[in-house]
Amino acid sequence: MGGYAVFIWASYGLAAVTLGGLAALTLWQRRRARRTWAAVNPRRESAP
Amino acid sequence: MHRFANPARFQRIARRILPFFAGATVLFIGFGLYYALLGSPADYQQGETVRIMYVHVPAAWMSLFVYASMALSSAVALIWRHPLADLATRAAALPGAAFTALCLATGSLWGQPMWGTWWVWDARLTSVLVLLFLYLGYIALVDAFDDPERGAKAGSILALVGAVNLPIIKFSVDWWNTLHQPASVLKLGGPSIDGTMLRPLLLMALGFTCFFVTLLLLRLETALLDRKIRAVEERVS
Repeated sequence: MGGYAVFIWASYGLAAVTLGGLAALTLWQRRRARRTWAAVNPRRESAP
Repeated sequence: MHRFANPARFQRIARRILPFFAGATVLFIGFGLYYALLGSPADYQQGETVRIMYVHVPAAWMSLFVYASMALSSAVALIWRHPLADLATRAAALPGAAFTALCLATGSLWGQPMWGTWWVWDARLTSVLVLLFLYLGYIALVDAFDDPERGAKAGSILALVGAVNLPIIKFSVDWWNTLHQPASVLKLGGPSIDGTMLRPLLLMALGFTCFFVTLLLLRLETALLDRKIRAVEERVS
């Protein structure tokens, strides 16, 4: 990739961090909501 | 459309289609990365930097597609008061902002070696920056009200008004004299780029689309759960 390798890898790295971070945040929010739901509504064993 | 207004029914359908979209994301992005980095040639003018396009262009398409979806669901929320439309608009905003930021950042990383500058106040670049501000404005606005319904309504109006920016972005390269190159895929007469470069571009675009749908389904499920938690807490207090 010659002298442009740093620009190319920076682009792919940035994409991985952005999309990976978005996926991680979404899954963390979902897990937190499920845990809170289980706490406020203990009669139900799992999320609706 | 109102068939999906029942949150329980929506969740049943979402749970069934979620693994399909998650799997498709991995497959499309996996093959897309192979063709983007190894299985496609360098461009005769741009050289190896053309590989940045396989991230930049799908991110740019997604930034427009997500905003158009938000404008559509905002219209549905305002006109038919569909119970899931507001939640869908809200769930799509953060991924849309992320795609737009990624588009701007990768464009900048391509611009430095090719144009010799990280940024120019070009019509295309500026209108995409305005799109990022619209996303951020929407996210800030919906949370700025004590009453969530009022916040959702204000956000829907902003999303609809901001849709004016979409044709400006698309046609900015035709209407004004810009440094940004004109469309080479989505244009009359068909794509003007070679098949070996079109393949990774389309695979990555499909991967990004499936990724967005996966995120949207997960975020909608979380939003519905949050709404139920709020309802229970209000009943208790």
